[in-house]
Amino acid sequence: MPGPDLLSSQGLRLDGRRPNELRRIRCKLGVFTQPDGSAYLEQGNTKVLAAVYGPHQASKSKTSTDGVVVNCQYSMATFSTGERKNRPRGDRKSQEMSLHLRQSLTAAIKTELYPRSQIDVYVEVLQADGGAYCASVNAATLALVDAGIPLKAYACACTASIAWRGSEPEPLVDVGHVEEAAGGVCLTVSSLPSTRSVALLELSHKLHMDYFDVVLSRAMQGCRDIEVILDRAVREHLAEGWTKQDVVTI
Amino acid sequence: MAGPLLSSTEKIFILHGVQNDYRSDGRSNIDYRPMELETDVVSHASGSARLRLANTDILVGVKTEIDVPKPDNPGKGKIEFFVDCSANATPEFEGRGGEQLANSISNMMQRAYHTSQAFNLKQLCIFEGKQCWKLYVDILILECGGNLCDAVSLAVKAALFNTRLPFVKAALMDGGNVDLQLSDDPYDSKQLDIGCAPLLVTLCKIGDKCVVDPSAEEESCSVISLVVGVTGNPKFYCTEDTTNILNVECKCSTIGMNGPGSVAPKTLKDAINQGIIAAKCLDEALGKALLRERQETIVMKKHSYGFLK
Repeated sequence: MPGPDLLSSQGLRLDGRRPNELRRIRCKLGVFTQPDGSAYLEQGNTKVLAAVYGPHQASKSKTSTDGVVVNCQYSMATFSTGERKNRPRGDRKSQEMSLHLRQSLTAAIKTELYPRSQIDVYVEVLQADGGAYCASVNAATLALVDAGIPLKAYACACTASIAWRGSEPEPLVDVGHVEEAAGGVCLTVSSLPSTRSVALLELSHKLHMDYFDVVLSRAMQGCRDIEVILDRAVREHLAEGWTKQDVVTI
Repeated sequence: MAGPLLSSTEKIFILHGVQNDYRSDGRSNIDYRPMELETDVVSHASGSARLRLANTDILVGVKTEIDVPKPDNPGKGKIEFFVDCSANATPEFEGRGGEQLANSISNMMQRAYHTSQAFNLKQLCIFEGKQCWKLYVDILILECGGNLCDAVSLAVKAALFNTRLPFVKAALMDGGNVDLQLSDDPYDSKQLDIGCAPLLVTLCKIGDKCVVDPSAEEESCSVISLVVGVTGNPKFYCTEDTTNILNVECKCSTIGMNGPGSVAPKTLKDAINQGIIAAKCLDEALGKALLRERQETIVMKKHSYGFLK
């Protein structure tokens, strides 16, 4: 089953990365002042803003006595894609994304701490170039950290695909838009890397079960790599305004 | 949209400040807050700009499409404004919550750009009666800190200044249809002539005086605000010798009023004049900033910040 040609004869991908390389991730916490927490994350050309409000009293219809209700909204700017979008939100895809986002984030938040409350997470995709959902989860995690909401672990998401090098399968991490459009498989994994558990998994296109393990482990490795980057960003953000010495003594 | 919660004493404090021409943040009644502007921040758009006016954050992307001109205006292109109030700004905007505010701003922009003296739609014509450019100006409101209209109009003008339309390489007539071939080279493109594009100035009536650039707190103290759209002066937007360019006087292209209160005609007239003066200064400052940024891009000195600064 040779898929589309995603790897060159030198073993490089369409955008010049090696199979196990992520795109460059740049992020910043606390970009806005009005929300309780906010973050901006750039993963290659995919750019995402996330804002967190709460925890605050839940609206009547949503309230739950078991734990906090995580209310997510995923929207894409009308100019974020190559073709102009007519509606930034409310279409099926964004509604599905909102639900998926909620699933990943609820798994990471210590929900039992705030019964009858609600946390609003709003994600705005400014530029979509593949892996918008992953970037959204990663940005939302940073925004939650910035808002000071207790988490069990970082929620990180990453995609993986598979390419063929001769007859050998070669899993690819962090799929870009070109690779997505080329029509290979795309496995989206959202996980809590420090507990090694998967919060959400989605597979599009067909993948032989024999190769599922390699692709999944590559995606999980991607999540762990992302966690390191996010963790460093959080530490740098918290150390800002302190001198190096202060950081060491703490 | 509900503003910040203020007690009556706080409102009186702001009111007294305005009366003494010394506002609570130290500005006088005709001062703007500091602004940050960056163009070319979204690579998927033909032109884009991000403006941050104190706490107000606006991102504008311009997308272009080829369309058929309207039969009654065969030689003109189209321009359309779309405002999206992101829920990032306030949870009230979630779902369809921001639609009313978004519509009022996009209508205001549409009206301000409607006249040919404000924006010449003829420059968007490709093939008279057959093909024209349609500009989608998409405005994303990311944070509200007062004075949305002014910030939106400034960001839109900057994004249009940054917009490039590809040149048409060849046009083939096939029966009644026109088949266009566009240039692939991103540098083989023309810029828009946006010197006259209007800027909106909001004048907030607090007590019996008007202030420009109200903060969110000041907006909640005022009963009525006046929005004046004033056309720009092309001389601020070109680098060449300005002698051969007509020095166009600023004209009022739209006036709108928001709020439950009312104003006396005398106050109204004064406010409009104050708005025109403010718009002139803004226009000059914007032109300078945009030209400086373009110069930096040419000599490859520009460092892109985006949201990472």
